[in-house]
Amino acid sequence: MVLSLVPRQGVSRVREIVTPLVAFVVALVIAALVLLAMGKSLKTAADVYVVEPLTTAWSLQEVILKATPLTLIAIGLIFAVRANRWNIGAEGQYVVGGMFGGWVAIAAHGMEGVWILPAMLIAGMAGGLVYGLIPAALRNRFGISEILSSLMLVYVAELALDYLVRGPWRDRTAFNFPKSVNFDAAATLGPLWEGGKLHGGVLLALLAVLGAVVLLGRSRFGFAVSATGEAPRAANFAGFNDHRLTLAVFAISGALAGLAGIIEVSANMGQLQPSISQGYGFTAIIVAFLGRLNPVGALVSALVLAILLIGSETAQIMLKLPFDMTRAFMGLLLLCILAGEALTRYKVRWNA
Amino acid sequence: MRSAPPLIRCQGLSKTFGTLKANDSVDLLVESGEIHALLGENGAGKSTFVKMLYGLLKPDAGTISWLGKAVTLADPDAARALGIGMVFQHFSLFDDLTVLENIAIGTAGARADQAFAARVSALAREYGLELDLQRPVWTLSAGERQRIEIARCLLQEPRLIVLDEPTSVLTPQEAENLFASLLRLQAKGAGILFISHKLEEVRRICTAATILRGGKVVARTDPRKESARSLAALMVGEGVADVRPPSTLETGRDLLAVRGLSVSPEIAHGIPLRGIDLTVRAGEVVAIAGVAGNGQSEFFAALTGEGGLIQSGTVSIDGEDVTRRPIGMRRRLGAAFVPEGRLGHATLPQRTLSENIMLSWHETEDVGGFFLSLDKLRQAARKIITRFDVRGPNADPRAAQLSGGNLQKYIVGREIERNPRLIVVDQPTWGVDARAASLIRQTLVDLAGQGAAVLVITQDLDEAFEMSDRIAVICAGRMHPPVPTRMTNREAIGLLMTTAHGEAA
Repeated sequence: MVLSLVPRQGVSRVREIVTPLVAFVVALVIAALVLLAMGKSLKTAADVYVVEPLTTAWSLQEVILKATPLTLIAIGLIFAVRANRWNIGAEGQYVVGGMFGGWVAIAAHGMEGVWILPAMLIAGMAGGLVYGLIPAALRNRFGISEILSSLMLVYVAELALDYLVRGPWRDRTAFNFPKSVNFDAAATLGPLWEGGKLHGGVLLALLAVLGAVVLLGRSRFGFAVSATGEAPRAANFAGFNDHRLTLAVFAISGALAGLAGIIEVSANMGQLQPSISQGYGFTAIIVAFLGRLNPVGALVSALVLAILLIGSETAQIMLKLPFDMTRAFMGLLLLCILAGEALTRYKVRWNA
Repeated sequence: MRSAPPLIRCQGLSKTFGTLKANDSVDLLVESGEIHALLGENGAGKSTFVKMLYGLLKPDAGTISWLGKAVTLADPDAARALGIGMVFQHFSLFDDLTVLENIAIGTAGARADQAFAARVSALAREYGLELDLQRPVWTLSAGERQRIEIARCLLQEPRLIVLDEPTSVLTPQEAENLFASLLRLQAKGAGILFISHKLEEVRRICTAATILRGGKVVARTDPRKESARSLAALMVGEGVADVRPPSTLETGRDLLAVRGLSVSPEIAHGIPLRGIDLTVRAGEVVAIAGVAGNGQSEFFAALTGEGGLIQSGTVSIDGEDVTRRPIGMRRRLGAAFVPEGRLGHATLPQRTLSENIMLSWHETEDVGGFFLSLDKLRQAARKIITRFDVRGPNADPRAAQLSGGNLQKYIVGREIERNPRLIVVDQPTWGVDARAASLIRQTLVDLAGQGAAVLVITQDLDEAFEMSDRIAVICAGRMHPPVPTRMTNREAIGLLMTTAHGEAA
């Protein structure tokens, strides 16, 4: 017996819309079964994962804040993946973004000026961009797989940051804690309104979504990106320069990841510390694919995963669920969506 | 006494896709010991019919009887179990494996061992299929590869063999060998269903023909009593125009000049080009004949700038040295290119025809600024669709939705619409039906008549002779210099196709 996938003759529009929803429900059911098997209360789980994050103004803002870096990074990744370039190292570009932007804040410590914050954001983007170009250049020059090089550069970035905050950038007044000085008010991305939590980074993420919709949908550049991913020979026939395109998509995804990094550091941490990410760079890969490589889809799936992440914080206390369980749920969700996508295009058949 | 029931009898087979009736109540009957031709233009429904016969598609209506008994063919396994064998147009072989290994992989329960080798050799001898079992497939010509597919098929001892355009990649000599094998099969009482666009060969070897047009059977005839022209007329329903002979207009300046070009391939098993010289002048059509896999793709890539590592020599377009310049620069000098691969090379399969305009137009034509003008792209696509009679399921279909012939008309049209001064076309009518092929050839000849230089790379000798003013031959990465078409013949060119230039015959 051989299990084989047979292409469907045509895919109806209805099926395309219904399938992700069904996949979502299937993921929920499986997650519920797992929780039941672990002897957890489904009602508490529903409260923790769905009701609470969505019903108070405070937690809604938290959801949006969590979704912000995920959206920014995922938007960048969409450019790369659409061109069939695999940037697995957004986490590293995020860290370098935080590092470069944070350096501006540290250097400007004690200074006043409206230029400090923009300079930090630009430095963060520049850092992520340059760091993203490394795997692109290695691929172009030596044919090295960008999947491996970008992934391994994550650890280089993390260890470099670790060294800096324990060494040259350590706050001498902080009793040997591995952290930088606390950023001044001029270096902090503050709330958009008095008493609120949302900061300007949220607007930048929305801007990124908008930019991606326009660029990917209508521009020459967006066409070249998609053409390269869909049929490299045709893109080559069109004369789209493969090497330049690789550099461009890595520059974009690196810059957006770097921007996400400095936004998080400036708005939420107010200092550099050995670890400045909760795996946003990796989670954003899931976000990009859950959103079917569509910018608006990425925004929606970033919100969904943010709800899961917020819920998981409470779940650790209320349900005594480890954080890894949340990661497992994310994987489950992605698996169901991808399986659903495969099943819309193919039917399964047993061959004797 | 009743005579034996026919090998296979299909009655009223119908298949509908959406609103398209691909097969409309098709009746067809093949007797044992008969070579039966299935003819029709691209899109006439031949492939749909054959797929139903092989269990790949389920008929909406109609019956199939095998030796007088009604059967249902759920899948290819069922068809094979009955004794139906199929040789597809496209080979499915592993380049790095040997001939024997490839045959073993395609045969249920077989292992590439001594006993199996003996069995294959015996079969090959019986049917006059020359096969060197230990050679890796990548060293073989198209004809040799096809013999592997045929051997694979014959191992199952089929009583009905379906061949889909088997000669389209063969040299005349290779085609002769194939015919000899088919005649032996026929003598042993097998039925053969033979699909081809080459009407001359159909007239020679087939004893019956069923002709499809628009999904319906429009004629049944004995091809031996028809002329190629009358068969073509039955297929298209109206007369097929002969391609007007190439102009005798005086040729002008050198628009394409290749001098001493040597290129090493970028991919494994590619063919290196060695010392190629060729000039194509304004107002003439030059054809490059040759068997597939002798460096045509590599030569095309060197002309477009798409790939290959140039060792020495130059390529000039309209006097400008473009040897190391990108394809966009070549287009700006007035060149246009039509690759052999229609889907995935000349077009993005999942994009609409209007979006696909972009591929070759974006450097030279007005398609909008930083943002694409969808209006301009649509207008351009509409013009091409009207001018070249491109037929699709809707006004702006995706490339993959068109039949081969219609897509080829679009691709050639897309380049002609740019008014190129030089056009290089790789396999202009490969797998394209008679009417579309004649339109494409005429268009290219007319373009030369207006003063453009036309270079056609083709495996189809008839096409080379029909269109060109001069014919060159490529073999093993070397080029026999072009000779005036009027001063040579098929046999001479066919011989050059198997001899590398500069080496003893």
